[in-house]
Amino acid sequence: MDLSSINWLLLLASLMVAATPILLAGIGELVVEKAGVLNLGVEGMMITGAIAGFAMAVESGSPALGFVGAAAAGALLSMLFAVLTQFALANQVASGLALTLFGLGLSSLMGQSYVGLKPPSTPKLDIPLLSDIPVLGPVLFNHDLMVYVAIAIVAGTWAFLKYTRAGLTLRAVGENHEAAHALGYKVIAIRCAAIAFGGACAGLGGAYLSLVRVPQWTEGMTSGAGWIALALVVFASWRPWRVMIGAYLFGGITVLQLNLQAAGLKVPVEYLSMSPYIITIIVLVIMSSGRSRGALGAPASLGRTFHATG
Amino acid sequence: MIRLDKRPNPSKAWSYSTPLLAVLLTMIFGGLLFAALGKDPFVAIRTIFYDPLFGQHAFFYRPQLLVKAAPLILIAIGLSLGFRAGIWNIGAEGQYIIGALCGAGVGLAFYPTVSFIIFPLMVIAGALGGWAWAMIPALLKTRFGTNEILVSLMLVYVAENLLRGMAVGLMKNPEGFGFPGSRNLAQYPSATSWISQNAGIHWGVVFALIAVIFAYILLTRHMLGFNIRLAGQAPRAARFSGVNPTRLVLFCLGTSGALAGLAGLFEVSGPAGQVTTDFNVGYGFTAIIVAFLGRLHPVGILLAGLLMALTYIGGEIAQSQLQLPAAAIQLFQGMLLFFLLAVDLLTNYRFRPKQGAAA
Repeated sequence: MDLSSINWLLLLASLMVAATPILLAGIGELVVEKAGVLNLGVEGMMITGAIAGFAMAVESGSPALGFVGAAAAGALLSMLFAVLTQFALANQVASGLALTLFGLGLSSLMGQSYVGLKPPSTPKLDIPLLSDIPVLGPVLFNHDLMVYVAIAIVAGTWAFLKYTRAGLTLRAVGENHEAAHALGYKVIAIRCAAIAFGGACAGLGGAYLSLVRVPQWTEGMTSGAGWIALALVVFASWRPWRVMIGAYLFGGITVLQLNLQAAGLKVPVEYLSMSPYIITIIVLVIMSSGRSRGALGAPASLGRTFHATG
Repeated sequence: MIRLDKRPNPSKAWSYSTPLLAVLLTMIFGGLLFAALGKDPFVAIRTIFYDPLFGQHAFFYRPQLLVKAAPLILIAIGLSLGFRAGIWNIGAEGQYIIGALCGAGVGLAFYPTVSFIIFPLMVIAGALGGWAWAMIPALLKTRFGTNEILVSLMLVYVAENLLRGMAVGLMKNPEGFGFPGSRNLAQYPSATSWISQNAGIHWGVVFALIAVIFAYILLTRHMLGFNIRLAGQAPRAARFSGVNPTRLVLFCLGTSGALAGLAGLFEVSGPAGQVTTDFNVGYGFTAIIVAFLGRLHPVGILLAGLLMALTYIGGEIAQSQLQLPAAAIQLFQGMLLFFLLAVDLLTNYRFRPKQGAAA
């Protein structure tokens, strides 16, 4: 193996691109879980966003419209989950799984005529001056807009949850839905809004995969990214900035693994491809074994069904 | 306005009829979907649900029903035990793959020896493989409190990559002209799971029936089964009555892993025949639908497995005769789970008209 053949600068630069899909999906799921809802359908919403965004971008020729379409599709699909869990009071774990299975089927049906096409390319922002800085420039400031939109969403979510009244209400609903209901907050409506936000973010993440990261449509292309986003929320102990750190760490591992494959490491490709999943498991174990700290962040009503009596 | 009241006990009548209602709703909405794809919905539904059983070529399709249903039932029986206790093994697909790899590995290692002992050894290896793979999330959960849903699912992707590595590496057929894939076990009499290929009977079918019977006895006649149900319905009561949660997690995940592993082994040494890069076709995930459709009850799962097998076979016929895309069937199956969860509301709640302002 020839380590020197790896361009470390390029690796760092592609790290942010590799991290963006799971960052988007992860921050969306964080808001959903903060509202006390466990939506395991992230994978299904991501892949539906991936094909919806891809189709929209190809048909309209505009990647921006593609992302808008992907967010709409993700949010729309998540409403199915909202109806099941909030109105039909179905089990959240089972409903999330249903959403994933449904999304995988829906996406491959929608995507049949888009296999092998190339999407319109998403332009890179060449921020003047900043992107000319040696080393830091190409690593931090030479990406497409979505990379920064993702960071902005993280910042916005953090500020929303920490500083606004609405954010406080959302957290209250997630911590104790009975009490929030007694105070007169619309538990179901707030949760539906959170679920829709999560769906839109997952859709964006999926579209980022199909429009920028790959860029192509293939069946089942998310290959577990949605599940990794779920793990990311646990890793982050339900804190927005930690989701970002986690996503970038994970993006770094993915990119490094791909680079090692290219550099001809004497390990078959199949075994290297396992590494992101194995590392996710290891991280989950580490986070959960520090029980006292890891469990602190979990919203108390997470995954429990709310049914207003009286 | 209508108000929802929680029933003190789930309605017996509804719990039997909701699966049928869900199937009916799926047929209606599936029909609309097929119509939107430009196919005659009535022809499509008939092709999927009627033709494999009573159509012109039914004699050819009926045996396949058992072949497709057996792995679904085997896996779903195992999953249902955990689901009842609130232990979510989502990674049956991975355990299925590892079971197939372990079992096939034993079979391939003995090639071309002829002995009656080879197949039983493969069965043991397959079950152990699936069990061991499920023990990873089980031990991590009991030891560190790690979420079993995410771990078992991550392990599916690990298993898929391992399968690819094996199919092009260690288990590759040395006489296969360089193509990926192992020797064909179905053509190796000492290692095949087929009992009668024409009747669609292999050892997986036999084991599936045995699993149904054992699960039924376990859940209705045995203390362990009672504890599983108790842990799911009233976790607090279960703790006070001395149910050991660690042992329950190990038992539920281990059993479902072993059954999924068995399903994988019977598949690889029979209907599939060989270890290939895309040997797994999603039975582990479809089995989740089967478990819920069967209301986590062994007999229900038996029927649900047959119904789901029907949609697979009918879907294949519809694919070749009506050019209905394969993905449409996948969507159809996903829809079924949706409706099932939605109509379950009727089992646990009842609708009451709201009484004016006085209420």
